[in-house]
Amino acid sequence: MLWKARVRVTLKNGILDPQGKVLEGSLDRLGYKEVREVRVGKYMEIALEAEDAPGARARVEEMCRRLLANPVIENFAVDIEPCDAMAAMAGTPGTSGAPCATGVAR
Amino acid sequence: MSGGSGMDMKSMKKMKVGVVIFPGSNCDHDCYHAAQVMGMEAEYIWHAARDVSGFDCIILPGGFSYGDYLRAGAVARFSPVMEAVTKFAERGGLVLGICNGFQILLEAGLLPGAMMRNRNLKFICKTIHLRVENAGTPFTGACTPGQVLAVPIAHGEGNYYIDPEGLRELNANKQVVFRYCDSHGAVTDEANPNGSCDNIAGIINREGNVLGMMPHPERCVERVLGGEDGRFVFASLLKHWSQGGGCDAGCALA
Amino acid sequence: MQDAPWREMGLKDHEYERIVEIMGREPTYTELGMFSAMWSEHCGYKHSKSTLKLFPTKSERVLQGPGENAGIVDIGGGMALVMKMESHNHPSAIEPYQGAATGIGGILRDIFTMGARPVALLDSLRFGDLSNDKVKYLFDGVVSGIAGYGNCIGVPTVAGEVYFEEPYTRNPLVNVMCVGIMKTSEIARGVAAGVGNAVMVIGSKTGRDGIHGATFASVELDERSEERRPAVQVGDPFTEKLLVEACLEIIRSGYVVGIQDMGAAGLTSSTVEMAARAGTGMEIELSLVPRREEGMTPYEIMLSESQERMVAVVEPDKVDKVREIFARWGLDAVVVGHVTGDGLMRVKENGKVVAEIPAKILAEAPVYNPEARRPARIDELHAFDPATLPEPQDYDEVLMELISSPSIASKEWVYEQYDYMVRTNTAIVPGVADAAVLRVKELGTPGHEVGIALTVDCQGRYCYLDPYQGAAIAVAEASRNLACVGAEPLAITDCLNFGNPEKPEMFWEFQESVKGMADACRKLGIPVISGNVSFYNEAEGVAIYPTPVVGMAGLLPDVGLTVTQGFKTEGDLIVLLGATGPDMGGSDYLKVIHGVVAGRPPRLDLEAESRVQACCRDAARRGLLSSAHDCAEGGLAVALTESCISGGVGAHIALRDSDMRHDFLLFSESQGRIVVSLPEKNLGELEGLARHHGVPFEVIGRVGGARLVMRVVEGAGNSDPAGPGRFQMRRLIDLGLRELERAWRTSIARHMTDGESGSI
Repeated sequence: MLWKARVRVTLKNGILDPQGKVLEGSLDRLGYKEVREVRVGKYMEIALEAEDAPGARARVEEMCRRLLANPVIENFAVDIEPCDAMAAMAGTPGTSGAPCATGVAR
Repeated sequence: MSGGSGMDMKSMKKMKVGVVIFPGSNCDHDCYHAAQVMGMEAEYIWHAARDVSGFDCIILPGGFSYGDYLRAGAVARFSPVMEAVTKFAERGGLVLGICNGFQILLEAGLLPGAMMRNRNLKFICKTIHLRVENAGTPFTGACTPGQVLAVPIAHGEGNYYIDPEGLRELNANKQVVFRYCDSHGAVTDEANPNGSCDNIAGIINREGNVLGMMPHPERCVERVLGGEDGRFVFASLLKHWSQGGGCDAGCALA
Repeated sequence: MQDAPWREMGLKDHEYERIVEIMGREPTYTELGMFSAMWSEHCGYKHSKSTLKLFPTKSERVLQGPGENAGIVDIGGGMALVMKMESHNHPSAIEPYQGAATGIGGILRDIFTMGARPVALLDSLRFGDLSNDKVKYLFDGVVSGIAGYGNCIGVPTVAGEVYFEEPYTRNPLVNVMCVGIMKTSEIARGVAAGVGNAVMVIGSKTGRDGIHGATFASVELDERSEERRPAVQVGDPFTEKLLVEACLEIIRSGYVVGIQDMGAAGLTSSTVEMAARAGTGMEIELSLVPRREEGMTPYEIMLSESQERMVAVVEPDKVDKVREIFARWGLDAVVVGHVTGDGLMRVKENGKVVAEIPAKILAEAPVYNPEARRPARIDELHAFDPATLPEPQDYDEVLMELISSPSIASKEWVYEQYDYMVRTNTAIVPGVADAAVLRVKELGTPGHEVGIALTVDCQGRYCYLDPYQGAAIAVAEASRNLACVGAEPLAITDCLNFGNPEKPEMFWEFQESVKGMADACRKLGIPVISGNVSFYNEAEGVAIYPTPVVGMAGLLPDVGLTVTQGFKTEGDLIVLLGATGPDMGGSDYLKVIHGVVAGRPPRLDLEAESRVQACCRDAARRGLLSSAHDCAEGGLAVALTESCISGGVGAHIALRDSDMRHDFLLFSESQGRIVVSLPEKNLGELEGLARHHGVPFEVIGRVGGARLVMRVVEGAGNSDPAGPGRFQMRRLIDLGLRELERAWRTSIARHMTDGESGSI
């Protein structure tokens, strides 16, 4: 069946995140004085065929280790959900995986 | 080395350099041209190639391979040619990665560390100064230790990162080949254009045959372009090669 | 059909009536969309066509004039230079990064569809006051967008200009120019010749992005413009890079009959224009067009402005070869139709005809001769007398303020974000001379490289005060910039930015500007070979300054003789070629120091201009000069400051007293002036040249030290003003080089970090 993986790739703790620093400064100037830290990461959605959720997870984690994240500087987290549920959440009819476009969001 | 006849043969032919073209490479022509200007024989290698034998040196040129989408060099490292390049390097072949080529070498694990976005978050194009930290490599043998070179940079992700442990190792093994410095050779934070760890601009592997550098030596080998310091890198390769610079001979640093 | 849908699409009632009359029936919705795009100002030039005929377009070197994707001139040795400039103003106002990026993508396609390898990009940018946060956001986004696309594709951005003036606050100008080099034997054209030949769609898939971008560019911006964001296209420079390589390969292979970019109005304009040029027709089947989205209507497919797509006409037996080449670059190349002999543009969807219009009619938008009326403001502005302004007390302060104003200050913050060196041809990089210089690898020999020199110029403020004069000055200044590096002008490409041409005052500005440019071009002997008109540059009723941007290319027989602007050697003499008059109207001095934009723009004597340029060019080619720099914004004082900073050395200046006020003497923007420096031993020869050309010549000082010192010699008849003073001197300027450099070099960066504009 079709699964949707949500992948979050973030910089490891302790690694300077220049984008995050810029946003911290901007938010501060906009009056959000409570902000302590901002870290910027990447979010990707992947639609994939797999027998079950653990199977889907294993494959996506492998993708992360090989390509989607750079283990030298980045961590990743993976959430797996059935694709139809996603479609329902988005309020679109679940037609043959149409709302499950594969892609890498930057 | 017993190389009399070998030397003769080599004096008749030219050093042969292969320039890899990934989809999105854009300094491929420049490397090809510079190699020819320096008296080398240059040939392009398509990213789908599985055999890179017959070359004396492989250059991974700058550019935006696969658009640098995801991370610079992240997709290119899976090109078929990279398997061949890895084997070539394992056998001691000389590999020079410039800019995007350096990023690909990092992603491929042929060199340690990773690249991050420049600390000012902007692409930076300008001529900077480099200090030659190790003049004993096949890529710097024509330089004097501590020599200052003026070479252009042009990148958005050249902020080199390595963990403290890795950095200690790089330093201990003299693997840092170039550092960003000012015009007098002082390694200062102001002279660091992109925030690189320890002002690192170029590193070599432990075996001493794979070099990655962010600056572009191929952009300064002709007087008409305003600078010629890039010639030192190519002249070093030629010197190494003409001395019979096999990859087994004289490559290892230790 | 709903009530008057043509109005939503930007067509006028009388235009709709004309369509019905020509067609002899009501058009279908798809047909209406095609008409509205092709008859938009952006594609159809309906308000500008008759005026543009004033331009001279021919010379011995011109191989292709206006009317194609780009113009071409012969540069000798079997090689040609291809050039074109285009605007992407409205898309950049709405989404600066993508607007600018796709502008670069579009102009590159115009060049490589001619068969040329793009070798250089230039950009001419205008924004509002840089202290405004929204302006910072637009400026930052546009520069990043140009960098993002241009750097990735590997075409160097080698020169440009940036101005900051209030009228551009809500309607910035983003004009991009591309230059290509090719063999004269490999010119490709956008023609659909040969009945029965296949029509192929190449490159990216078609999506819903940018539908009706051409119409969007042809209306004024209002509050609703932001809501139209989906109309802005997203660029993919990686795909375009593959497209460049693949297209150049098929053009060289000789497999294509004609090829054209899908720019504004996408599939509609490319197919219609190709058929119209060849006098043929075309039939295409939309179900064959590769699509990125489901359920697209014929209207959407015909008008999509998805980027990185081309149309090629190919002989049937070459289709497989073309497909093979594109496949190797990972790109789609699909046959969607064929060329017909009936002159009709026929569009089918699953076999059913959804549009059928004579291609010629679509391609020939109605031509209007709008009413032109001289705006009332002109007389008022001209009545202003700069002599009524108070003279400054402290000239140091005035100079510091001028060189820190963002329009004059160094553009390092901008050009360091551009890869200006890739392709290893850039001999003169940004910031060191009045024009960029690239060597042409295919010509010349090592040590004697042949080069091309490139520049873009326009001072909108002059055009606002007097569009005729301002536009003529833009041509003169571009040509002068080339003369300063020692190059001979070859040709012009332009980008004419104006307000709404349906307003008589706006149309008058346009007409006067074209006349001014055309007259200057004739006098200086430079043809206009391509260009672009951008109207409707108004936001909420406020029009931009009339801004006819001139892009110019020149030829340098020996790159080694190129002259740069920086002073080089202590002891060199500094000479001013040309005469200074009280030309204060529209000057930066008036605007920055006194807050006044008024008066008459500088006088322009094209005879004198042409002589000064010839003199400088001759001197450069004889190797007499150490430096040359044109006096432009901020006048003599700013030109000298820039030559000092660029060269890293000071200067001692002593100006002969005249009856002019000292502030006028220093900051007048008189045209036809070039500051040169040279070894003393060359002075006699330069003086001889100046006499030969009839050019006013004055030794004004000497290079040396670490300060810029400017004095006025009070009392006449001194023979050596640079020597020790026998005469009464009044010191006007005395500033350290370091102080000057800091102010000039860091001004824009300081503005941009001030209140950090990361996002808004």
